Amino acid sequence: MSILVNKDTKVIVQGFTGKEGTFHSEQCIEYGTNIVGGVTPNKGGQTHLGKPVFNTVADAVNATGATVSMIFVPPAFVGDAVMEAADAGIELAVIITEGAPVKDMMYAKMYATKKGMSTIGPNCPGIITAEECKLGIMPGNIFKKGNVGLISKSGTLTYEGANQVVQAGYGITTAVGIGGDPIIGLSYLQLLPMFENDPETEAIVMIGEIGGDLEIQAAKYIKENVTKPVVAFIAGQTAPKGKRMGHAGAIVSGSAGTAKEKMEALEAAGVKVVVSPAEIGKAVKEVLSK
Amino acid sequence: MNIHEYQAKSIFKSYGVPTPRGIVATTPKEAVRAAEELGGDLWVVKAQIHAGGRGLGGGVKLARSIEEVEELADQILGMTLVTHQTGPEGKVVHKVYIEEGADIKDEFYLGVVLDRAKEMPVIMASTEGGMEIEKVAAQTPEKIVKVAVDPTIGFQGFHGRELVFGLGITDKNEQRKFIDFASKLFKIYMDKDVELIEINPLIRTKQGDFLALDAKMGFDDSALYRHPDIAEMRDITEEDPDEREAAEHGLSYVALDGEIGCMVNGAGLAMGTMDTINYVGGTPANFLDVGGKANAQTVAKGFEIILKNPKVKAIFVNIFGGIVRCDRIANGILEATKMVDVHVPVVVRLDGTNAAEAAEILKNANIDNIIPATDLLDGAKKAVAAAKGDLK
Ligand SMILES: Nc1ncnc2c1ncn2[C@@H]1O[C@H](COP(=O)(O)OP(=O)(O)OP(=O)(O)O)[C@@H](O)[C@H]1O
Ligand SMILES: [Mg+2]
Repeated sequence: MSILVNKDTKVIVQGFTGKEGTFHSEQCIEYGTNIVGGVTPNKGGQTHLGKPVFNTVADAVNATGATVSMIFVPPAFVGDAVMEAADAGIELAVIITEGAPVKDMMYAKMYATKKGMSTIGPNCPGIITAEECKLGIMPGNIFKKGNVGLISKSGTLTYEGANQVVQAGYGITTAVGIGGDPIIGLSYLQLLPMFENDPETEAIVMIGEIGGDLEIQAAKYIKENVTKPVVAFIAGQTAPKGKRMGHAGAIVSGSAGTAKEKMEALEAAGVKVVVSPAEIGKAVKEVLSK
Repeated sequence: MNIHEYQAKSIFKSYGVPTPRGIVATTPKEAVRAAEELGGDLWVVKAQIHAGGRGLGGGVKLARSIEEVEELADQILGMTLVTHQTGPEGKVVHKVYIEEGADIKDEFYLGVVLDRAKEMPVIMASTEGGMEIEKVAAQTPEKIVKVAVDPTIGFQGFHGRELVFGLGITDKNEQRKFIDFASKLFKIYMDKDVELIEINPLIRTKQGDFLALDAKMGFDDSALYRHPDIAEMRDITEEDPDEREAAEHGLSYVALDGEIGCMVNGAGLAMGTMDTINYVGGTPANFLDVGGKANAQTVAKGFEIILKNPKVKAIFVNIFGGIVRCDRIANGILEATKMVDVHVPVVVRLDGTNAAEAAEILKNANIDNIIPATDLLDGAKKAVAAAKGDLK
């Protein structure tokens, strides 16, 4: 078991024939992801990486029965692409693109919600179910199969966390990079229950950062609903106020969004909070050997 | 991207949002001409910098004669204005805005910002104009009226009514004027991909008119490509030169106070690296994300920017090689050390794809001040030791 995607998931790629789309789709196919086709306007009918190309998502869905789309289109067109996917009946869109205007994502997510489509990202590494299905830009080889679910706002911290879990002798069920933009798709609140209900997942690693209050909401949810052990790290304890730390959403404004308040809320919810990402592996070992 | 008050007010004017008349000036002579053109007998001379708290810092002053306008402009232009938002180093004032004095009955606050939880814009208003909204939120949160507006339906009459009744505006004429004001502000927010609009204070005059006395606007950088008129308003003298140089090379850099320079791929890991340095007893000198494509050029640029800071005693390069292989990054680092004179110890931690090969490359290069580390914790400890001179 795993969450959201597995080896049978039929995937299409929007922005399939572009440079990024091509490079990463190739890696995903190599990993074993069941990519059944791609979408690039005006290239319908062609074959790319051995898969059919369609002009529209609707055509692709009709022909292949795909339920998931991985999106690599440039930032100016990503809102349109997400809405097209939702309109065509896609169930989950994984948006890798970085630099999408916030307003476009706001409208796109509202429409997706209306159409019953979930989204992950934008500006994220994607989602991976270890040794089954890689949808994104993460290096697949570090995600060994195991019993730990991982949720992270940051790409490289996803790799760091997964690597440590594996080094500690465990492995990953599914890892989800939720992205660090102001408006994101699936987040802790939706993913925590999925991991809680996944029989293979025995512990959850949650990596957050400064800005917003998603981690605070997660802490409340964990306290009341999560029975599995949770390990958390919040990046940006040493970040100055009012400065954007790389991610558009990673900014401490006023007294809100600090690492400290998030860490305290999580600790109060019974989460094992580490002060350095270097301690994630050790903490996972600790909670799992109890 | 942030803009100046005078620029924000020019946008307000184009949407019919009432503001006092004003003219920007860069010399005392221009300030005099501006005041003469505006006429009247009361002017305000306002320092134009991208930071709040100008009034308290001495950057907003009333003038009752043309001579006083000249005096104040002379005094404010070129001054280093220190406010609670500029940091102790302050900001040099290059422009002043000369504005006609307004007849203030009372002061409100009005702002529009993204509500990240509701995922839609929220209009915030308060009767506590002139005070910092964060303070009002902390001390008297009941005095803030928040109205979220679903952009798919836009600003409706009921949004306006929630605002005016929430603020206790009872005069029907004034209600109409305030609602019109707020609806125009919301339109600007949506039209221009605004990140934040803040008017503090928005005043009610004795005649019952509402006027934006102050204006702060920030825009979504990712959307600037479709607003060339706004992009043109960028004032690079307001930006930190090192941050700007970094950004021009695709790096994201923020200076901090400590001693250990950091070069990392990914924003999250970059913050995590700073936190780890702190955890093992050191102090980070900067945040630096070299992005997903760390190569010799970007690493060299990173070294160059980090080393401009004389406080830096050691550098910690922490790269988790994903799609980019570590062996290639190792070669990039070696090449970069030839391009830039790196005179402090550099602790290098390369993990991920082909990490073993990378370690081999660094070892064989046999460069004195490159210290390999096995993982994040090891690297942070070595960097702290190197900064103290305990490790060579
Ligand atoms: N045109 C004007 N006429 C009369 N008084 C004014 C005018 N502009 C500003 N003031 C007065 O000066 C005060 C400070 O002005 P303003 O709000 O623009 O700057 P500030 O709030 O001190 O600085 P910042 O906006 O940078 O925090 C206002 O609260 C108001 O009382
Ligand atoms: Mg003000």
